[in-house]
Amino acid sequence: MTDEAHTRPDGAHSDGYDSAPGDQNAIDVIAGTRGYLLGMTLAVLLTAASFWAAGTDLIWAPGVPIAIGVLAVAQMGVHLVFFLHISTGPDNTNNILALAFGILIVILVVGGSLWIMANLNHNMLPMDQLMQMQR
Amino acid sequence: MTIAPPIEYGVDQGVAADPHARPIYRPFPGPASKRIVVGYGFWIFLLSDFIMFSAFFAAYAVLSGETAGGPTGKQLFDLRTVAAETGALLASSFTCGMSALAVQTRQTGKVYAASFFTFLFGAVFLGLEISEFARMVAEGAGPQRSAFLSSFFSVVGLHGLHVTAGLVWLTVMLGQIATRGFIPTTMRRFLCFALFWHALDIIWVALFSVVYLMGAAA
Repeated sequence: MTDEAHTRPDGAHSDGYDSAPGDQNAIDVIAGTRGYLLGMTLAVLLTAASFWAAGTDLIWAPGVPIAIGVLAVAQMGVHLVFFLHISTGPDNTNNILALAFGILIVILVVGGSLWIMANLNHNMLPMDQLMQMQR
Repeated sequence: MTIAPPIEYGVDQGVAADPHARPIYRPFPGPASKRIVVGYGFWIFLLSDFIMFSAFFAAYAVLSGETAGGPTGKQLFDLRTVAAETGALLASSFTCGMSALAVQTRQTGKVYAASFFTFLFGAVFLGLEISEFARMVAEGAGPQRSAFLSSFFSVVGLHGLHVTAGLVWLTVMLGQIATRGFIPTTMRRFLCFALFWHALDIIWVALFSVVYLMGAAA
């Protein structure tokens, strides 16, 4: 259970089975810097696009939140791949499975709350009528 | 980024190629290294942190229209401040990546230089957020004003608390590198810190999109 035992000669921390999240397979400073620069550029572009989408009247107004949402999901993907180094490689299966379960719970919590609260809101009497019934 | 194809330990490697080959058995490699186990455990913590944030986001999404006659997000939010905060956090994430690379190649000077900028940009973000909160409270739009503002201060403030904790953690990490050097324990902790810092960026993406941009566009 030491780190050195499983560090390969090229400096990678993967033991051929698994990689720790955040670890890249080959440690090459130039390639690593290039990866972070690429991720940074993509993140800045996507951020600029969503700020533009929020202020523009070029997009049909009810479509703006959808555009912002899509850009946000894309940017989270960029952060996961380029900054947290989550990949689709076989050494990342455990990391991806945990992430997928996390995303499932997040969708259930947020989507379920919005759904049930909208439903309750829809089926509730307007507040003034409710107040009259209590008299 | 090349990975050697995984060897199936304990399994006969020669069967498919040559049915008459003598079976070769490879010993199992044993448990995963501590770095992989620790990194994975911290990844599970980060995902549970995301789930905690999702509850705050759900509360905000449900309550964002309940302004109780008070100011709306459209009236309160200053998107230039939000853009500056986003820029600071992105730059901080980039320099954090640089310092993680420097830790892996054990370059002390580069670790200190990159971490200095990570701390600086993180502090700039926090300063902008605190001044934004102070301005809103001074305008009478504090967390007590409406359900919308309670949920706004909760979710944005929770992220701000995480950034504060990250700054403290970074300082402690630099102290450990200075006193103990690049021992495996310190390097594992720095891996976890980098994961934490990048994860905060992902939460901020959700924050500026859902809270600020959708609030200002609505």
